[in-house]
Amino acid sequence: MLKKLLIFSVVMFAFGYGLVPFYEKFCEVTGINNLLQPDILADDNQVDTNRWVTVEFDANIRGLPWQFKPVQSSVRIHPGEPVDVMYEITNNSDREINGQAIPSYSPRFLERYLKKFECFCFTQQTLKPNETRQMPVQFVIEPGLPADINTVTISYTFFELPSGTAPIKGN
Amino acid sequence: MAAVHGDLHGHGHDEHIPSGIMRWVKTTNHKDIGTMYLWFAFTMFLVGGTLAMGIRAELYQPGIQILEPELFNQFTTLHGLIMVFGAIMPAFVGFANWQVPMMIGAPDMAFARMNNWSFWLLPVAASLLIASFFVPGGAAAGGWTFYPPLSTQGGLGVDMMIFAVHILGASSIMGAINIITTILNMRAPGMKLMDMPLFVWTWLITAYLLVLVMPVLAGTVTMLLTDRHFGTSFFNAAGGGDPVLFQHIFWFFGHPEVYIMILPSFGIVSEVIPTFSRKPLFGYSSMVYATASIAILSCFVWAHHMFTAGMPTVGQLFFMYATMLIAVPTGVKVFNWTATMWRGSMTFETPMLFSIGFIFLFVIGGFSGVICAIVPIDIQVQDTYYVIAHFHYVLVSGSLFAIFAGAYYWIPKWTGRMYNETLGKWHFWLSMFFFNLTFFVQHFLGLAGMPRRVPDYALQFADFNKISSIGAFGFGLTQLLFLYIMISCIRSGEKAPEKPWDGATTLEWTHLPTPAPYHSFVTPPVINK
Repeated sequence: MLKKLLIFSVVMFAFGYGLVPFYEKFCEVTGINNLLQPDILADDNQVDTNRWVTVEFDANIRGLPWQFKPVQSSVRIHPGEPVDVMYEITNNSDREINGQAIPSYSPRFLERYLKKFECFCFTQQTLKPNETRQMPVQFVIEPGLPADINTVTISYTFFELPSGTAPIKGN
Repeated sequence: MAAVHGDLHGHGHDEHIPSGIMRWVKTTNHKDIGTMYLWFAFTMFLVGGTLAMGIRAELYQPGIQILEPELFNQFTTLHGLIMVFGAIMPAFVGFANWQVPMMIGAPDMAFARMNNWSFWLLPVAASLLIASFFVPGGAAAGGWTFYPPLSTQGGLGVDMMIFAVHILGASSIMGAINIITTILNMRAPGMKLMDMPLFVWTWLITAYLLVLVMPVLAGTVTMLLTDRHFGTSFFNAAGGGDPVLFQHIFWFFGHPEVYIMILPSFGIVSEVIPTFSRKPLFGYSSMVYATASIAILSCFVWAHHMFTAGMPTVGQLFFMYATMLIAVPTGVKVFNWTATMWRGSMTFETPMLFSIGFIFLFVIGGFSGVICAIVPIDIQVQDTYYVIAHFHYVLVSGSLFAIFAGAYYWIPKWTGRMYNETLGKWHFWLSMFFFNLTFFVQHFLGLAGMPRRVPDYALQFADFNKISSIGAFGFGLTQLLFLYIMISCIRSGEKAPEKPWDGATTLEWTHLPTPAPYHSFVTPPVINK
């Protein structure tokens, strides 16, 4: 009895850890929370040439000696039109650093209408001392975006990853 | 607690009870360990209560008077942790230690040495929690649910809290293993599972819940620890983790945990009400099945704590309906208690008063729970005082009132002395009045939009907060009356009759003298049906 119950406790401890990959798999399969996955453009995507939307770009760094900025601060587009923009990072320090960018959007529900095909935020970025890199972001803002929204903001924040961190899952 | 004298060489007289402090350190007797659990729980109840007094004192008026916001957050965090893990849970384990062997006719717990160890882990964990107030950066301040990123950022106090939770978890798991084994293997010959008193049944199911979810909590805090110090990124978005994942794993533990804190109180109430109604419990088997259904359902409702954390509508609907389903077996229980009282020869001694108070107020807490389960309402009241009012109605007037009922009910059996009935009734009515004064108005505060975990608030909340604070001070002081009643009962109470409650039918009343001897049921009792 004691042995069985102890083994059961250990199994439940492992189950707690098992919830981590399960959660990731669940989110991937159901398409919830897929910040790290490229999107696929719907076949019936149409460009709404009657509307203009201004997309502003923002860049932040949190605790690492990099310079990080968008090459263009904003673009004016039609919803449904593919957009290609560039961000630039420079490592100002004399050591090699791993970083990961986390996106955030304003308004928050922009995520629903934003389809990203290519983004530096899908993978971690490793920069050698004094290296500069330009990185593309390709996306479409779907015409379903509510009509009262004329300006949206896409923002990225780079965080430092400790060296030797395992590559982010989902890539 | 009484025997802290220095005489280590004292000789036991009465039934070879060792004396001196080493009796308590080394004891493997279920009654001694039960006593220590109960005193420990009461001490922690006073510590957690003191923190609550600090919180209510700060909230007495708008503005910052007594506690700086940082310290206020530490108070709310530690109040929750200490009350949940230090007061309510150990109190129920104390009852289990005293009562389970006596109610099933067993001589002691199955693993007596492990029983001692699971108790003595508790003071260590409690010291860690209390000491964390005095380290640089202070105690953990991110709420008792310690969500990241706050809990991955705090200082040494958070590490001490994590370690304390590890220890408390280990203690609970050992206690649960002990209780399961005792109940399944050591019942008196002839006592089938469906003959067991309901208190034993509820504890058996609670113990299974404990071994099911406590290890998951241990896993969660271990992930937090490795995120903090060993470079993992389970909950760190920058490293590919997800803070929402923490909430899922935490509440996978956390929701069964709230039933761990209420099921044993269902058991106590199910013993007290038939005794004072002088009728057998109505619907015994439906009570057992209802308890089991609540336990099983409790594992599938966790995300109702996270409706605002971001979830697809299908998920919200699933967790909403599953949560509301729990009201069905709970309703069965309330119906059965009421039906037990129906046409009974009822008397209203203190244990019965606390049990009836339990039913009234727990039902209010249950209803506000159903209201919170409804997604569109929950999105409004999430993290407001409405939620605070809800869970204090189920935890204070639920679990705590049942603990009081149990203490008054069994203290004559434990000590051989009666408590002061008049003072007991005063304790009940004062608790009842001040409890409602404290927490009923918090429903209004929550509906009006006052958020929880804030040291200051907008002026329109001032009146209700003042009323709530006055109630809280009254409730706190009333509990000192409980301490006085218990101590004077133990030291100088009138001698209890052999069977003070004539409606009692369980083995500890029918087959054992009062007070219960130090070693009971050395030979198993004969069960005649």
